[in-house]
Amino acid sequence: MGTAVLPLTGKRGSGSPLLALFPAAALLLFLAPVLAGLASTALAAFGYLPALGGTAPGLDPWRRLFAVPGLGASLGLTLRTGFLAAAVSLAAVLGLCATLHGSRLFRWLSRMLAPLLALPHAAAAIGLAFLIAPSGWVSRLLSPGLTGWQRPPDIAIVHDPFGLCLVLGLTLKEIPYLLFMAVAALEQIRVREQLAVCRTLGHGRAAAWLHVLIPQLYRQIRLPVYAVLAFSLSVVDVAVILAPTEPPPFSVLLFRLFTDRDLGLFFPASAGALLQLALTVAAIGVWRLGECAAGGLGRRLVCRGGARVPEGPAVSGFFGAVAGLPVLLSLGGALALALGSLSRSWFFPQALPSAWTLAHWMRHAPELLRPAGVTFAAALAAAAVGLFLVIGCLQNERVNGRNPAARTLWLLYTPLLVPQIAFLSGLQVLLVRLGLDGTWTALVGSHLLFVFPYLFLSLADPWRAFDLRYRTVALSLCGSRARSFLRVELPLMRRAVLFAFAVGFAVSANQYLPTLFAGAGRLTTLTVEAVTLASGNDPRVTGIYALAQAALPLAVFAAALALGARRRF
Amino acid sequence: MNAPAPKRPGRAGLALCGVRIALNGTELVAGLTLAVAPGEVATVMGPSGAGKSSLLSYLCGTLDAAFAAQGEIWVDGREVSRLPVERRRIGILFQDDLLFPHLTVGENLLFAIPREIPGRRARRELVRRALAEAGLPGMEDRDPATLSGGQRARVALMRTLLSRPRAVLLDEPFSRLDAPLKAAIRQFVFDHVRAEGLPTLLVTHDPEDARAAGGPLLQLGPGLRDGREDPGAPAARNREDAP
Repeated sequence: MGTAVLPLTGKRGSGSPLLALFPAAALLLFLAPVLAGLASTALAAFGYLPALGGTAPGLDPWRRLFAVPGLGASLGLTLRTGFLAAAVSLAAVLGLCATLHGSRLFRWLSRMLAPLLALPHAAAAIGLAFLIAPSGWVSRLLSPGLTGWQRPPDIAIVHDPFGLCLVLGLTLKEIPYLLFMAVAALEQIRVREQLAVCRTLGHGRAAAWLHVLIPQLYRQIRLPVYAVLAFSLSVVDVAVILAPTEPPPFSVLLFRLFTDRDLGLFFPASAGALLQLALTVAAIGVWRLGECAAGGLGRRLVCRGGARVPEGPAVSGFFGAVAGLPVLLSLGGALALALGSLSRSWFFPQALPSAWTLAHWMRHAPELLRPAGVTFAAALAAAAVGLFLVIGCLQNERVNGRNPAARTLWLLYTPLLVPQIAFLSGLQVLLVRLGLDGTWTALVGSHLLFVFPYLFLSLADPWRAFDLRYRTVALSLCGSRARSFLRVELPLMRRAVLFAFAVGFAVSANQYLPTLFAGAGRLTTLTVEAVTLASGNDPRVTGIYALAQAALPLAVFAAALALGARRRF
Repeated sequence: MNAPAPKRPGRAGLALCGVRIALNGTELVAGLTLAVAPGEVATVMGPSGAGKSSLLSYLCGTLDAAFAAQGEIWVDGREVSRLPVERRRIGILFQDDLLFPHLTVGENLLFAIPREIPGRRARRELVRRALAEAGLPGMEDRDPATLSGGQRARVALMRTLLSRPRAVLLDEPFSRLDAPLKAAIRQFVFDHVRAEGLPTLLVTHDPEDARAAGGPLLQLGPGLRDGREDPGAPAARNREDAP
């Protein structure tokens, strides 16, 4: 009695203005640097950079860029390897899903994904080089029995002129990434039922996948595919380790210009960074046209009753092997690195070292500590800040009932689609201007640009799948939003949160260019050291750094999984 | 048509001989024998968990490997239990219409017409006629998502029929429709399978469906109910009732 009937639509007391700030803050924090960096790069590309004496805008940087020897060949190499790597990775993943989804091998591969994703690109590439080089482990295992080689053959396998080794190195990481996204996407599609319908309509399993399931799957992983394409076209660290050197891929060519002692080259390099951006945008456009063509062809075939698609154990075996290859090569590479770093003498055709020693590790452990510490601290900070922001954004959706628009997904992917070099160089100029270069703020902030999207992507689905009745019950029991969140909602999401944190950590530990540009040489990580050493002469030291680089994120993943498996914290 | 136990499975229609399905050692279907003549709709009833859907999965070949199953399946004088799903020529309609969301209505139907029927124009004509028959003329280019539940159910049936099956299974296809629509769609489906002379097996727990089907009625035993085993009763009981 006497109680006013509250209007059901009343907003009072239901929202949280504080949480509503999160999306805007997050967007500002990770989009503003990208845009500012791009703008600053663009200014330098047209000759305006007073700090380096560029005060008269003009086209001179572009003239100098186009005068760089080998530019055409370099661009050609980049386009060739970029498209090939993306296409091979996508084909492998789609083929694997189509032929082996639901099988034991598929489940095993899905379980192997977390450690494969945690493996840094640079470490994977260095391991691959160790494995397949003329004097690498594979060659040693086969020699002289199968090959007859008594000394390493004089052929270019790593750094091969066509760039196949680069393609292989890229697919090593891209296949697990796309498979991870595909496995998540397949949960949203009714695979079993649609497959059953197709087959009772008279279509084979393979035809059903080709015409019905793959089109639906592809729609869901389109953005990750674009990210893979953009990455393949603009990657620097993997290319430094595996790609041809004369001419190098365009990204490496730009990188050399940016890091040249002649600071005047900063101008043509900035023009090149813009060209890299244009190249990426154009490549995604061409890819989109390819999608349309494939879609049109698919529809024509559907109208004819579907294509005849070969299937059987040979086909599924082929795709199983293709998708299993990254696992084998990654594990084999890590093992080869470990053997190399522990060997005192290992003459060519021997399969194993003839004498073992810990001396390399003892000698290099002290100098490992500092970059390892920086890697660890930066990754911890970036993952923690990223997690805070992501949980804020997702909780805002939950509490304030905001449903994210499809467009926000594109925004989220921006740092993954825009070539790193295109905005990081400009960002560096701004950081120098603000006196922030080489500071922890700059380092963690630049990592956050890439940590945030991946954290968001890995936490969003489990967060949105949360059964809201738990929150209702918790709110009615304790009557406090903070307590409901801290005592009920967060603990229930513990496993997903820990996993996302590990993802964020691994992404940060993987960053090469951001560390280089924001760290300004004062803060350096294991990734930077490993890539720098990879072009040097001592493979054993390189191995030690690459192993240490891989060990950190793997350890964090293992810890996250172990903590997540416990019933209580 | 209530003469069971097809002694000569060489004749037209759908016949099951000694079908057994077990899960983790519990028999869900114990020695089922049944003949469904062309144009006849037989009904299988039983509580949830009694193995109705597993029976249909076994017949069309999509039964999960966790089940142990055996028994002959005859379609028009051909034993199909060892054939892959796509070569059994047994069509199925599920609770959900499962129209492929990335294709238009017309493409959904064209995809179902066997490849062996050549000619763009001939194929499109088949689709046009099927849609006209379903009371959806000219809807070829519609996105399935824009259709009503009843329209989608009719398109789904047309899709199954266009694939030229020799027998049809209905897995509670009317249970998600609301009452007035239900009767109409049911009539639509039954009329079509009868007109095409297709032996049809309907699974349902709505007695009204069974009455409308008018064919033999089969009751699957209690088996698992609410996830608990009924301790006193034998694991599965099948008996065949005249309607």
